[in-house]
Amino acid sequence: MGMTLAEKILANKSGKSKVTSGEIVDAYPDAVMSHYASYRSVNVLKKIGVDKLYDPDRIVIIIDHRVPARTVENANQEKIARDFVKEKNLKNFYDVHKGIAHLVMMENGHVLPGDLVLGTDSHSTIYGCMGALGCGIGFTECASIWIIGKLWMKVPESYKIVLYGTFPKGVYAKDLILDFIGKVTANGCTYKSVEFHGDLIPRLTMSERMTLTCMSMEMGVKSAFIPPDEVTLSYLKGRTDRKINLIQPDEDAVYAKEFVVDVEKLEPVVAVPHNVDQVKKVSEVAGRPFHQAFVGSCANANLDDLRVVADILKGRKVHPDVRFIIAPSSQEVFLEATRAGIIQSLIGANVLVTNPGCSACGDDGGALADGEICLASSTRNFLGRMSNRKSEVYLGSPATVAASAIRGVMTDPREFVG
Amino acid sequence: MEKKIQGKVFIMGDDVNTDVIIPAKYLIYTDPEELAKYAFSVMGPEYAERLKQFDIIVAGENFGCGSAREQGATAIKGLKKKAVIAKSFARIFYRNAINSALPIVECPEAVDVLKEGDQISIDFSLSKIQTPWGEFSFSPIPESVFKILEAGGLVEYLKASLRK
Repeated sequence: MGMTLAEKILANKSGKSKVTSGEIVDAYPDAVMSHYASYRSVNVLKKIGVDKLYDPDRIVIIIDHRVPARTVENANQEKIARDFVKEKNLKNFYDVHKGIAHLVMMENGHVLPGDLVLGTDSHSTIYGCMGALGCGIGFTECASIWIIGKLWMKVPESYKIVLYGTFPKGVYAKDLILDFIGKVTANGCTYKSVEFHGDLIPRLTMSERMTLTCMSMEMGVKSAFIPPDEVTLSYLKGRTDRKINLIQPDEDAVYAKEFVVDVEKLEPVVAVPHNVDQVKKVSEVAGRPFHQAFVGSCANANLDDLRVVADILKGRKVHPDVRFIIAPSSQEVFLEATRAGIIQSLIGANVLVTNPGCSACGDDGGALADGEICLASSTRNFLGRMSNRKSEVYLGSPATVAASAIRGVMTDPREFVG
Repeated sequence: MEKKIQGKVFIMGDDVNTDVIIPAKYLIYTDPEELAKYAFSVMGPEYAERLKQFDIIVAGENFGCGSAREQGATAIKGLKKKAVIAKSFARIFYRNAINSALPIVECPEAVDVLKEGDQISIDFSLSKIQTPWGEFSFSPIPESVFKILEAGGLVEYLKASLRK
């Protein structure tokens, strides 16, 4: 019997020729990423009283989530991480200007197909867009891996999600995944590994793949994969010296469930407050006023997302009753968008463009007033997500956010696209 | 770790997420007592106040869903809750609970019948819950993982194993 991607990777990383779902293995990750939480892991290390690191080259520390430091407390916490990096001579350190940790990881070749990559952030599932097994851990477990190099992992069952067709105009990867989460619910794939297959896959850009695997966390997955292919190879060009193996699931791998999605039947959707699985068609909420628009986060703030927004805003301005905040996902994306004239275009349309980072998604700017509503391209809309329990967050594609930011009310992007 | 835990239960629903348990702005804290001041604060002051009167949280599906924030588990410890019984746990919260020595039990049958204020006892040696409505069995946490909980959490477990 063949193995799924999750089974193959966990077998490889635990030194076994074969594993089966439900089995607990000791797995050695290729990389462990800690972001803003790094100082907490450093403090845990001190508590345990161990100095020696298992393998410094597998440690990646990236300062994001609160960038630049907002308070003296933030600054002191960052300093703990920077001092640790210097003391241990860690080569994989990225400071406040680099952007969202997950993007920095992938842009700098820390995630390759077949890798096991853990991060102190739940959206580490995003690494599956590269065909790597990515999942989130807490900061104490991160410190543990720094010392002993391994952690226990239960081999998950796998689900297959087959995607057919091409996106209709005005419908994007964000609509696809929100629609799917709405159908299976937030608990629908808990502890499962999902694999996306089908004839849509070769047509998906790396950015669209990121949206799918990042947002998959919102249906509870342990990992989410797009099997690596030419698109993956193309993305990795110039980013790594390591040999790349386009790992695939076996032909006879066993999946506990199989879903089929006819992408041509999709429409723009939003997740309404206060859960990501409360999904409605944009047409059902159209006309609702709102106060803040946000395009940002590891789910949707890449070059293509910014371009979609700039195209919709062309020759127009943000509605006077709406604040539109955009946080590009990384320094690399910010630079490319600048060179392409996109940033100029956004600023000219009265968008507030911030430095790359988690921004409003991570409650780092863009707090909402009592009774206010935000429409965002980010990952979660839980109660109090944007700092205020008396506010609401809706989630949608960057196109939906942009179209709505022009009208001042929630708007179907197909009014502007196609 | 206490092999027998007793107390009154407080009922929560499905999908209790980590933003509700402890909002992002309070993640500058790691001390359980400090976190406890802000745990469940988005539910309003009366909710958090009422929760204090109970010992064990009983919840539906997908408890702890959302972020990888470890403080989701330590905040509940800070609130002096002795255990969480749920129909199912989100996977990162499950790990963080084990690592923070917060006892967790998956037992959908018990959750179905329990009501607020019920006095129950959980026996980890026998993997049973005694309730006013009867006795319920639960699948024990795998031994290799339970060891961490038993040791008092991951830091204690590591200290002990590295001493050997």
